Amino acid sequence: MTDESRRGFIGKAFGAFAAVGGIASLIAMKKTWDPLPSVMSAGFTTVDVSGLEENKLEIVVWRGKPIFILKYSADMTPTEGRNIKIGDHYYSVMIGLCTHLGCIPAYRTVKKDFKCACHGGEFSADGKETFGPPPRPLDIPPFNLDGETLVLGEEGEAYRALVAKA
Amino acid sequence: MAEFKKADSMLEWFDQRLGVINFSKVMMTEYWIPKNINFLWAMGALLMMMFGVLLISGIFLLMYYKPDVALAFDSVNYTIMHDVAYGWLFRHIHAVGASVIFLVIYIHMFTGIYYGSYKKGREMIWLSGMLLFVLFSAEGFSGYMLPWGQMSYWAAYVITEIFGGIPVIGGDLVVWIRGNFYVSDSTLTRFFMLHVLLIPVVMLGAIAFHFYSLRFPHVNNEAGEFFDYDVEAEKYLAGDKKGSKVIPFWPVFLAKDFFVMGVFLIFFFYLVFYYYGFAMDPVNFDKADGLKTPTHIYPEWYFLWSYEVLRGFFFEMFGISGKDLGLMAFAFANGIFLVMPWLDRSPTVAPANQRPYFKIWFWLLMIDLIVLTIFGKLPPTGANAWVGFASSLSFIVLFLALPVITTLEAKKLGAK
Repeated sequence: MTDESRRGFIGKAFGAFAAVGGIASLIAMKKTWDPLPSVMSAGFTTVDVSGLEENKLEIVVWRGKPIFILKYSADMTPTEGRNIKIGDHYYSVMIGLCTHLGCIPAYRTVKKDFKCACHGGEFSADGKETFGPPPRPLDIPPFNLDGETLVLGEEGEAYRALVAKA
Repeated sequence: MAEFKKADSMLEWFDQRLGVINFSKVMMTEYWIPKNINFLWAMGALLMMMFGVLLISGIFLLMYYKPDVALAFDSVNYTIMHDVAYGWLFRHIHAVGASVIFLVIYIHMFTGIYYGSYKKGREMIWLSGMLLFVLFSAEGFSGYMLPWGQMSYWAAYVITEIFGGIPVIGGDLVVWIRGNFYVSDSTLTRFFMLHVLLIPVVMLGAIAFHFYSLRFPHVNNEAGEFFDYDVEAEKYLAGDKKGSKVIPFWPVFLAKDFFVMGVFLIFFFYLVFYYYGFAMDPVNFDKADGLKTPTHIYPEWYFLWSYEVLRGFFFEMFGISGKDLGLMAFAFANGIFLVMPWLDRSPTVAPANQRPYFKIWFWLLMIDLIVLTIFGKLPPTGANAWVGFASSLSFIVLFLALPVITTLEAKKLGAK
């Protein structure tokens, strides 16, 4: 082996070693920025819907997000694939964040629709986008039903049936 | 070791060890600046000064600020504003400074565009300058989050949500950036780190590089004239100061900069003491509430134009949703200035008023940016939404047309 090739080999070996270390550090740095385990395993939210008023928006918090629960009054028509029946009433259960850029739309009881103040998006009572920049209806969170109790964060049969119809 | 003889003076002692005499020549007294310039050439020194003002006022705020969602709001609005002696002064200097530095950045940037100071060897100056613009924007955004008011929270929410528009990885990326499913304590603390350490350190490096990139192509001048700096420098050193086209950076160039700085500081401290309200949004004096969006969200004035481009496309076109079109336009608007040196196909380096087509383009761009800025602040309803759409579209069309316009102009000027 000449001196040059020996130096070249050592150089390559050092480079490879440094690259492995560099990649390992990047992975560690990426993971340091990941959400903590306590955040990822954030619990479930249960809501008793039996006492809710008709045509009045109830907002509960699930994983830091506002969840809209709207009990339909008799004059409101439910939509297949958007509303769920709990007991004798239909409900809208949706993540209350505008699908445009995540602002919280406000419910207008007279017009029976949602209006987002940020960029003017509008949604009907069942969460379908009717005007402005929102690209899709309000998202429906995974839920399960236990009598008249709603469990958010758990994928139940009613949820799967609803998503299948949508 | 080199041989050292006993120094006769303190200057010589330092010069033996650090080469200070030569260093000051290279950096100051024999760093040549063209003579044919105006007050717009003082913006660089002004920016350096404002960076210093923000750094120093920031250090004092840092002593009492607490990057925790439970403590942040009160540490700013109660501790710093009421308890700390002159805390209000440092906060107002920092807030007004952050706003005003963008005014100077824009003047600096559009001076460069007007005089064609981004081409024919000056590409690296332009690129490093645009890198600094990105860094200052990130610094402004991360700092705006820290007081943890309603505007802080919702600006953070909307801006981080923008990354969700990136295909495939978008959703996970947003959660990764925030460190949670929503803007939370982890988000505040990491953006605090970015604001006070990582971004400023990178900025210092980028500023040094920006200065360095000026050394070889030299500063542009009012006429866009190219001349031999060595010849002009020799003339100056030989005593022909009047005939030479250059002046030394120190003391001649900086002497005028100091005058501009003085005038600017009068304006700046007038704002700090009597008109600081424009940099202190009243909505941000309500504590952050993740469950209540303020009725109308808008960024600080310096981001309004790109914000308006983002929301200008509010309906579906060509089967692409309004949201995606807006995000694409936003990415375009923020990236397009970077390639300015290659969009301008004309080899002429001259002020815009001597370029028949570019002149029109430049002033149309100015008007469009002003319209975008004004409508960015207004609620996006009715006619406003359409003005936003038209001006956003004009912005894109202007930049797409630039290569054509400058090619035609080059032909016209070449034909003469």
